[in-house]
Amino acid sequence: MKILVTVKRVPDPEQKIKLKDDRIDLSAANWQLNQFDEYAVEAALRLTEDARNPATRLGEVTVVSLGPAEVQQQLRAALAMGADKAVRVDSRDEDLDADIVARTVEKLVRRDSPDLVLMGKLAADNEGNEVGQRLAGYLGWPQATFASIIEVVEGGKALLVGREVDAGVEMKKVRLPAVVTVDLRIVAPQAIKNGRTPPDHAYPEGPRYASLKGIMAAKKKPIEELTLAQLAIQPTLRVRTVSVRLPPPRKAGIKVSSVQELVDKLHNEAKVI
Amino acid sequence: MTYLFETDEHQALRRQAARFAATEIAPHAHAWEEAGEFPRQLYRRAAEAGLLGLGYPHQLGGGGGDLTHVLVAAEEMVTAGHSVGTVAGLGSHGIALPPILQLGTREQKERFVPPVLRGERIAALAVTEPGCGSDVASLTTRAVRDGDSYVVTGSKTFITSGCRADLLTVAVRTGGPGHGGISLLVIEGGTPGLHVSRRLDKTGWWASDTAELSFDGCRVPAANLLGGEGMGFAALMMNFVTERILLAGQCVAIATLAHREAVAYAQQRQAFGRPLCGFQVIRHKLADMASRLAAARALVGEVAVRHIRGEQPVALAAMAKNTATDMCSFVCDQAVQIHGGYGYMRQCLVERLFRDARLYPIGGGTREIMNEIIAKLEGY
Ligand SMILES: Cc1cc2nc3c(=O)[nH]c(=O)nc-3n(C[C@H](O)[C@H](O)[C@H](O)COP(=O)(O)OP(=O)(O)OC[C@H]3O[C@@H](n4cnc5c(N)ncnc54)[C@H](O)[C@@H]3O)c2cc1C
Repeated sequence: MKILVTVKRVPDPEQKIKLKDDRIDLSAANWQLNQFDEYAVEAALRLTEDARNPATRLGEVTVVSLGPAEVQQQLRAALAMGADKAVRVDSRDEDLDADIVARTVEKLVRRDSPDLVLMGKLAADNEGNEVGQRLAGYLGWPQATFASIIEVVEGGKALLVGREVDAGVEMKKVRLPAVVTVDLRIVAPQAIKNGRTPPDHAYPEGPRYASLKGIMAAKKKPIEELTLAQLAIQPTLRVRTVSVRLPPPRKAGIKVSSVQELVDKLHNEAKVI
Repeated sequence: MTYLFETDEHQALRRQAARFAATEIAPHAHAWEEAGEFPRQLYRRAAEAGLLGLGYPHQLGGGGGDLTHVLVAAEEMVTAGHSVGTVAGLGSHGIALPPILQLGTREQKERFVPPVLRGERIAALAVTEPGCGSDVASLTTRAVRDGDSYVVTGSKTFITSGCRADLLTVAVRTGGPGHGGISLLVIEGGTPGLHVSRRLDKTGWWASDTAELSFDGCRVPAANLLGGEGMGFAALMMNFVTERILLAGQCVAIATLAHREAVAYAQQRQAFGRPLCGFQVIRHKLADMASRLAAARALVGEVAVRHIRGEQPVALAAMAKNTATDMCSFVCDQAVQIHGGYGYMRQCLVERLFRDARLYPIGGGTREIMNEIIAKLEGY
């Protein structure tokens, strides 16, 4: 199976946000791989290996990122985990929106014809949660979002995807090629069944650690460099940031002495009931 | 701050080690330190994450890389894991395996090393005895050849991971007095005659168990002798250089963590209407800590690079160890001071680091012995 995985670098979500000139100041940002994208890489690797012998690849995983030269670091991190090759489309974060990203990935998908596009369900910076859906729309491919289970069925022609919804897990069958976005439980020990790894095999919880050997090997794996122009992408933003403001600081709480007082306050002061 | 020698690969390795330590160690750090032990299973996890085998050859199940890789990974284990004792215990094979790699036959290496690097067996080094530490050449644990085995009698103390070690690299006397009579034997846990006589209570490093062991007519296959009789002392001395560099690196890591905690506390704690950082005295304390830390890091980095280049930086390693241990004790002491009363409380991280720091001028060769080495090699 040939899988294309999209990855994005995001500022460390644990870092405190600073504003400068109505924008988030990213000059001291500690960039890292978006966590859901890391899960997508892990899912792609589990789909393309026999866990009893992970050194032998059963498919090919290409990781793609749009970003500046520094995003190589995140691409190398995915290659160190075991992805086979990478593509970087040169761009600055401020020149991108979900639509441009989706159209760019569409071009790459049409060029490389993967069987599956795996993505994180959202990026931790703006929590947009739209690139996967837009991409499936542009490609006219089936999509399954928020996957927490993936099982290869029909001899590799389709996937059975479990999606966590409020009422439980919804199972969807999508024919390949398809777009699947993953949720956090996709890295549970038995979330993925690829038909080759024994179904009772349990992976360690979470995305795998890159070994020093993997890190060294990643240095030699190819990263293709492209520009938006080479992919004939018109970089017209559909979303423009007008300004960014921090939410007002939270006021200190109070203790109420009775349920009656709480109801009164919610009704008369907060006016929420 | 990082070491000057670091490449993108060191950075990538740091991130892996940090993620491992933050998920697998940090949430339990305080509990494990208080309990005086961490779960055995952690060895396996660290092995799966490729951290246990760093610095060991691929053929023996190692992860490859050199001392510089071990140094940065160990630093992240401390700074992201917050439990020095756990890291010390996890790393006890770092002193137990090198003599096996150096003197062992191919068969011995293949038998002893891979299970340890897979995290299945715990390894420890036993040199120190109740009656002798710095003066290794005077050790008295005897191994007498009897047919196909050695019969070992004596005792060892202060042995890191000794309480649950499956494999001990033990320094024994097979010959006459002095360093020429010392040999190394691999003794497996559970061998009849080997007893853990005491589990020792310590100032710091609580999560790492420390044992007193006794050997009471303990029969060990002669096939477990490393190299020939009398070759033990030189092999131990060779590895002391790496051990000292790694201990100095741990001091840099501990001090980095203590300094980080102190900065965060000084920015947040209010006194006299402003944060502690609002006082020049406190800012200067932090600046002094950072300066000594930077100096120690520079020296440790330099000696590590010289070592992997193939120099034998024996004196410089001793200097680096003394510089780093003094720095670490100073930084942790100041970090406690900045934390005030909270810094004296058991649940406070810097309180624990302050206790952990006390070991370093003693273990792996004392401050005085380092100076003896320096003075001798400098020819004073
Ligand atoms: C937590 C911990 C873990 C340890 N882990 C291990 C382990 O895993 N394996 C192992 O084999 N050992 C281990 N050790 C032992 C450690 O290596 C020794 O404690 C150390 O080498 C010092 O030996 P000693 O304690 O016998 O002190 P001594 O040698 O008795 O020294 C006492 C004091 O006298 C000074 N002194 C000694 N000789 C001289 C001299 N010639 N000139 C000037 N001053 C001198 C020393 O510097 C020291 O201040 C550990 C120790 C500790 C505390």
